[in-house]
Amino acid sequence: MEKKLFDEPMTVINLGLPGFFDSVKGQGAPCIHVDWKLPAGGDVRLLEILDRLHEMEEAEQNA
Amino acid sequence: MIREANEEAVRRLKDSSPRLVDIRKAGDVLRDFDRMTILHAGPPITYERMCASMQQAVHAVIRYEGLADSWEEAAALAASGKIRFAPCHSRGCVGPMTGVTSYSMPLLVVRNETYGNEAYSTINEGAGDVIRFGACTENTIKRLKWIETVLAPALKKVIDRMGGIDLSAIMSQALSMGDELHMRNIASSHVFLHRICAVLSEVCEGEVLSEILHFLTSKNDQFFLNFAMAANKSAADAADGIPHSTIVSAMARNGVEIGIRISGLPGQWFTAPAPLVDGLYFPGHSVADANPDIGDSAIMETGGFGAMAMAAAPAIVRLLGIPDTGKAYAFTEEMRRITDGEHTSYTIPGQNFAGCPVGIDIMKVVETGIVPGLNTAIMSREPGVGMVGAGLSRVPFECFAKALIAYDEALQREKAAG
Repeated sequence: MEKKLFDEPMTVINLGLPGFFDSVKGQGAPCIHVDWKLPAGGDVRLLEILDRLHEMEEAEQNA
Repeated sequence: MIREANEEAVRRLKDSSPRLVDIRKAGDVLRDFDRMTILHAGPPITYERMCASMQQAVHAVIRYEGLADSWEEAAALAASGKIRFAPCHSRGCVGPMTGVTSYSMPLLVVRNETYGNEAYSTINEGAGDVIRFGACTENTIKRLKWIETVLAPALKKVIDRMGGIDLSAIMSQALSMGDELHMRNIASSHVFLHRICAVLSEVCEGEVLSEILHFLTSKNDQFFLNFAMAANKSAADAADGIPHSTIVSAMARNGVEIGIRISGLPGQWFTAPAPLVDGLYFPGHSVADANPDIGDSAIMETGGFGAMAMAAAPAIVRLLGIPDTGKAYAFTEEMRRITDGEHTSYTIPGQNFAGCPVGIDIMKVVETGIVPGLNTAIMSREPGVGMVGAGLSRVPFECFAKALIAYDEALQREKAAG
């Protein structure tokens, strides 16, 4: 017996990789693509630096 | 702290007022420079690591300077360790493609009237056997001598008689005529020629005038590029050395590596391998013929022109491999996401006179992953062949990541020192 995963029609929001958007769209499902990338390419060291610099700036603004 | 520093750096990039004030011999104006010093494009590189075209350009100027009587002697001297090599940028100078600059060459002297500093560039050699593409023939030397003894003295007289030439006015006008001033300079070159033509006819005549006019009007649409580069160098140097600023103050390639500098860490280069250029290759050529990206002309994008102003130059976009003007407009919009300001004097009519995006911020580049584009000629990896295509190069993310890490380390050291 076929079991449906979703009871309602699906609307998809795709973040990041456009290949998933193309795939969903190709199957006729409503889908919007959000062009999003991991900040700093996901590099933890760079993210930590950016966070620190942004926090420093905010602290100065609020002082 | 960072915000104020960046506001100051961007203000200097925007407020700079470049004026062509003179033409002088490199040996007379460059600091720490002598006949045994040769400048090159891009970040520092040894002779051994230079690409073949840059090495050949070095051989050509060694002959031009009279330091060797044959090509073999020139190559031996270049490799001997007796010649000191340094980036053009280290001497307030910029040069297109190989950028090779030597003692006797006449340089355009551009004064930043707002901040008082000067910047320099060689005079564009036009087409044919030229050192910027690594040509190393007797014709190369003959052309350099002609520029030194005929063209430069005439242009110097013109500049003197005109009391200098406002380059910002020409650049601003050229943007409204479809130049982005890196890969398209036909409007700026025409406007420049239009301004000097009457005075040129007063300071020289006959065969000399004819030779100069033929040179300026034959296969020399990029003649103004060197003026624009020196103009942008004068702005970028004024914006350099502001403590804590994360604004890019130079981008340049030597054909092996590409490097950037930032205002808050003056004099330091952050490098990555120079990329091959994605673009349109002339018939009979492919990426296999291309040298990795080369030249100091990325100073144009540093100052908010070239790829940053892609939307201003619809006529050039297909040559660069961009399919339509919509994508060119989108590209300039994308560049706005990684810059801190917009020019007020340099605007893009097709974008309702929005200012060209200026002031590349390494924090924004690292955060977004969007890297600056560079409009560029593609040089053959075979010396002297010249241009084999044109395209859009992207500055590797690695340069900005390294700069941010170095910036953070400097900040930590400063805090630790109290």
